[in-house]
Amino acid sequence: MSLLRIDSVHKHFGSHHVLKGVDLKVEAGEVVAIIGRSGSGKSTLLRSINGLETLSDGLIEVDGERLHAGQTDMRALRLKVGMVFQQFNLFPHLSVVENVMLALGVVKKMARSQARECAHAVLDKVGLSHKLDARPGQLSGGQQQRVAIARALAMSPKVLLCDEITSALDPELVSEVLAVVRQLAGEGMTLVMVTHEMRFAREVGDKVVFMHEGRIHEQGTPEQMFGAPRSRELAAFIGALGG
Amino acid sequence: MIEFSIWTILQYLAQGLGWTLCLSLLAFVLGGAVGGGILLARIATYPLLRVFARGYIEFFQGTPLLMQLFMVFFGLSLLGRDVSPWVAAGFSLTLYSAAFLAEIWRGCVEAVDRGQWEAAASLAMSRWEQLRHVILPQALRHAVTPTVGFSVQIVKGTAVTSIIGMTELTKTGSILANATLQPFTIFGMVGLGYFLLCYPLSRLAHYLERKLNVLAAH
Ligand SMILES: Nc1ncnc2c1ncn2[C@@H]1O[C@H](COP(=O)(O)OP(=O)(O)OP(=O)(O)O)[C@@H](O)[C@H]1O
Ligand SMILES: [Mg+2]
Repeated sequence: MSLLRIDSVHKHFGSHHVLKGVDLKVEAGEVVAIIGRSGSGKSTLLRSINGLETLSDGLIEVDGERLHAGQTDMRALRLKVGMVFQQFNLFPHLSVVENVMLALGVVKKMARSQARECAHAVLDKVGLSHKLDARPGQLSGGQQQRVAIARALAMSPKVLLCDEITSALDPELVSEVLAVVRQLAGEGMTLVMVTHEMRFAREVGDKVVFMHEGRIHEQGTPEQMFGAPRSRELAAFIGALGG
Repeated sequence: MIEFSIWTILQYLAQGLGWTLCLSLLAFVLGGAVGGGILLARIATYPLLRVFARGYIEFFQGTPLLMQLFMVFFGLSLLGRDVSPWVAAGFSLTLYSAAFLAEIWRGCVEAVDRGQWEAAASLAMSRWEQLRHVILPQALRHAVTPTVGFSVQIVKGTAVTSIIGMTELTKTGSILANATLQPFTIFGMVGLGYFLLCYPLSRLAHYLERKLNVLAAH
């Protein structure tokens, strides 16, 4: 059984039909890159997977945890799904280590010492164990994004969602964040990422998903998708990127 | 006309000032507590609560405090209860402060970036946990200055309770003015009394604003 199953998901914002029946399966350990034009519904789809958007119709299942249209209790689902945002969204009033520890204490009821240990471990993994007591505001964008990744990882999610996590970064800071993602992919983390970094999608993606006008228009291996696009829309999209 | 020594006058005024202070504190503390509740309702996910809180805030912000006081004072008496001026004054000042404080605090909560709610939510925190651990600590920083600022409004607002017989500072002043026939002097002293209460508060607001800005810069 797939780790993540998205089944005819629809999303309306008022009269605006944004997701028009999306189906997708993601296996454990798979790295999926979602690409597509601005406004095609990539973020909306990703945000639906952890309940930041409610579904208008359809079903999402993550590791046996189901999400239906109209459901409001997302806690069980969110325990299985981590998310990293384009704008980092670190908690500015907390230090780096407290950012990572907060939900471990509040949600997982972990003792402080244990939460601290866990936070140290994930921060070490993203190469920031020397910044434990810094405030987010004192870090570079790349460092902030790595803290955000650590914060999500600390909760031991089954799937990690990444929505254009390098788009807000200065070009020279992109690679340090991608290196962390590459490492996670190598360790077998299941990743679903929306990205404009086509080269990266090609390199680490097991599967590339092309969204177009609220639907998954085409999907396949990176070689197929970038080497031999079947649809005109995908060819045009890749062509427009000069790839 | 009765002769009052300046000391007697000052003594009465100090007593009035004391009551004004008590009434202000009461309104601030109870109003803050009720206002906290109204704030929670105002930002709740449950629509009916939000509608109620909005209606509450709009009613108390959109009508004169004096009218609210009359409504409480005469309204409660209509229900067959003889209300003491204290109860009526405390009650209406509390409701009034609660509305303004809730609205001030709502603005502070909304000044916190939506991404903060979402990040907390994505970590599986409940809405209350998001609010308690992520949003309110950040909103608090925005809230300190306007809250202290509003306390000045409360102090001045207590003056209307003189109408229903609270012998706070203004009422004491008008009694003394009638008795001494020196309204200008007496009300000058009354004004000075309010100033003594309000000036430190507005200084405090300025001080906290600067202090928090410095902290935020770090
Ligand atoms: N909260 C919202 N309310 C109304 N419309 C929305 C909302 N969020 C997104 N939309 C609309 O839904 C459509 C898809 O948005 P979405 O953010 O999913 O696109 P995207 O593929 O992520 O685009 P981008 O590459 O620019 O991030 C857009 O037309 C957008 O305007
Ligand atoms: Mg997007």
